[in-house]
Amino acid sequence: MIRSTHLPLLITLATFVLAYALCASAYPAMLSLRVVANLLTDNAFLGIAAVGMTFVILSGGIDLSIGSVIAFTGVFLAVILRETSIHPLAAFALVLLLTTAFGTAMGATIHYLEMPPFIVTLAGMFLARGAAYVLSTESVPITHEFYDTLQGLYWKIDGARFRLIGGLMVLTFIVGALVAHRTRFGQNVYALGGGEQAAKLMGVPVARTTIGIYAVSGGLAGLSGIVFSLYTSAGYSLATVGVELDAIAAVVIGGTLLTGGYGFVAGTFFGILIMGLIQTYIVFDGTLSSWWTKIVIGSLLFAFILLQKGLTWAAKKRAAQARMRTATGSAALS
Amino acid sequence: MKLKTTLLASVIALAPMAAMAADLTIGFSQIGSESGWRAAETTVTKQEAEKRGIDLKFADAQQKQENQIKAIRSFIAQGVDAILIAPVVATGWDEVLEEAKDAEIPVVLLDRTVDADESLYLTAVTSDLVHEGEVAGQWLVDEMNGEDCRIVELQGTTGSSPAIDRKTGFEQGIEGHDNLEIVRSQTGDFTRAQGKVVMESFLKAEGGENICALYAHNDDMAVGAIQAIKEAGLKPGEDIRIVAIDAVPDAHKAIADGEMNATIELTPNMAGPALDALEAYLADGTEPEKWIQTESRLFTADDDNMAIFNEKKDLGY
Repeated sequence: MIRSTHLPLLITLATFVLAYALCASAYPAMLSLRVVANLLTDNAFLGIAAVGMTFVILSGGIDLSIGSVIAFTGVFLAVILRETSIHPLAAFALVLLLTTAFGTAMGATIHYLEMPPFIVTLAGMFLARGAAYVLSTESVPITHEFYDTLQGLYWKIDGARFRLIGGLMVLTFIVGALVAHRTRFGQNVYALGGGEQAAKLMGVPVARTTIGIYAVSGGLAGLSGIVFSLYTSAGYSLATVGVELDAIAAVVIGGTLLTGGYGFVAGTFFGILIMGLIQTYIVFDGTLSSWWTKIVIGSLLFAFILLQKGLTWAAKKRAAQARMRTATGSAALS
Repeated sequence: MKLKTTLLASVIALAPMAAMAADLTIGFSQIGSESGWRAAETTVTKQEAEKRGIDLKFADAQQKQENQIKAIRSFIAQGVDAILIAPVVATGWDEVLEEAKDAEIPVVLLDRTVDADESLYLTAVTSDLVHEGEVAGQWLVDEMNGEDCRIVELQGTTGSSPAIDRKTGFEQGIEGHDNLEIVRSQTGDFTRAQGKVVMESFLKAEGGENICALYAHNDDMAVGAIQAIKEAGLKPGEDIRIVAIDAVPDAHKAIADGEMNATIELTPNMAGPALDALEAYLADGTEPEKWIQTESRLFTADDDNMAIFNEKKDLGY
C-alpha cells in the first residue's frame, strides 16, 4: 500500500512525467538530450539552493535570505578576484565559510532569541543584499583563467553539453537525500518539523539542529552563488532577486509539507525540473508571454497546497477514527 | 557530363533560394519591457518579422540574465535558424554564444553590445549615442546661423552611458562655434518630473529671456521642461528653442504643436537591419560588418509630425 506521506512525491513525479509528455507531444525537440542538459545546467544554481531550502522547510522554518546570499557570493568572488591575486579555490573556500557562518548566525538568532525564522531571515536578506551593493553596484566581470577551465569542463554528446555545474547540482541532491534520510541530523530535522515540543521530549538536540539547518542553507546558498558566478562569469548585486521564492516553490511542488515534517529531497529535484520545463515550453512556443511561467507555477503551487491540506485533513480524520476505535475497544473491555 | 554539371550547379545555386523560401524561424530574447522605447522595439521587431514571413519566437527575460541564457539555450535546442538578443548586461555570454556557434546558429546583438569575442556573433545593431548628440548640436549650429545663443542642458542620469555620450556628442557638434555657449548643465534623471523641476531652476537662475535654447538628453525631460517654460509665461519653441533625443510620440506631438523644434530618433527598429543582415547571411553567406549603426534621423517642424505621431503611438511607447 502507498503510504500517504509518499503520495505528494508520487504526484510530483506524475506531474513531471505528464508535463514532459505534453511538452514532447507539442514539440518533439523537447525530448532531445540538449533540452535535458539545458535543464540541468540552467537550473543548477536554483537546485543547489533548493536543497538547503528543503531542509529548512522540513524543519518547519523558512529562509528568505537565499537570493541575496547568492548575489553577495557572486559579487564577493568577482571583487576579490579582481582586487587580489588569490586563487579562485581559496576564494570559494572563504566565501563558503562566510555564508555558512552567516547561516549559523541566523540559526542561532532564531533559536536563542526565539524569533520567527521569517523575520530573522528577512533581516538576513536585507543584510546580504546591502553587503553586495556596498561591494559593487555594477556587474563585475570575472576573467580568471581558472573560471575558463571550470567552464570548459563538460561532457558532450550529440551537441548536448552536460556541464560541471549541472553535475554539481545532481551531486548536491544525492548528498542532501543521504543526509536527510540516512543520518541522525536528518532524522532530527524531520522530528523538529513534526513539532518542537515533541522533538525536545524525544531528546532531539533542538539548538544544534536548528543552527545546523540554517548553516546548511547558508552554505548551500554560498555554493549556489559560486555556481551562479560560473554560470554568468560575473558578480552582480542586482542578480537573483526573488530566487528564495522560486526555491520555496520548487520545494512545495516537490511535495514537501510547508508546515514541516514530511517531504523528500528527491521531490525538490523534480520540483526544479517541472519549473524548468514550464520555462522551456514557453520559450519553445515563442508566442506566450513569459509571465505565464509565473501563472503556471502559481497554479501548481496552489494545487499542491490544497493537496497538502487535503492529506493532512485525511490523516487527522484517520487518526481520530483510530483513537475512537481504541477508545470504544477499551470501553468494551472494561 | 556537361548537363550534369549544369544541373548540379543550378541545384547548388537554387539551394539557398529554397532555404529562403522555407519559413525562417528566429528566436528573439528581449530584456523586458522596462521602458516605452523597449516596448516599441518589441512591437517593431514582431512587425518586421511578420512582414518578412519569419516565425519569431519571442522570450521576455524580465530583466534577468539567467532567463536570457535559458531562452538562448532553448532556442538552440529547438534548432532555430538564427537568434536575436538584446543583452541585459555586457558580461557572461561567452559560454552560451559558443554553444550557438557550435550549433551553427548565427547570433545578432540588438541595441547593446557584449564583452565577448567578436567571432561569437554575426553582428551588432546599435545606435551611436555620441553621434545622436552631434546631430543635435549640428542642428542648433545651423538653426542659430552665427547668432549668439546661451544654452541650458538637461543631462540624463549621472554616470549612465547615454548621458555621458550624448553630452560629449553635443559638445562636439557645437565645437568651434563661439556664438554657442552652454551656460548651465544639470541632471534631470531622464524623467519628465525632474526635467520640469530642473528647468524651473534654470529659468529662475538665468532669467527666461537670457536662455535661447534647451538641449535635453531625452524627450521626456524636454516635455517636462516645456511645461516649466509655459508656466514661466514664455513660449517654448519660440522664446526658447528645444532640441532633444529619442523621437518618442509625445515629442512629435510637441513639434507639431510648435512647442518643440527638433528631436533625433533613437529608432526602435533595430530588427530591420538585423533581419536584413541575417537574410543575406543565410541566403549566400554574406558576412555583414561587425557593427551596424542605425540611422540617427533628425525630425523638425518640416516633417509631418502628426502623421508620425499617429504611426508611433500604438507601438507601445
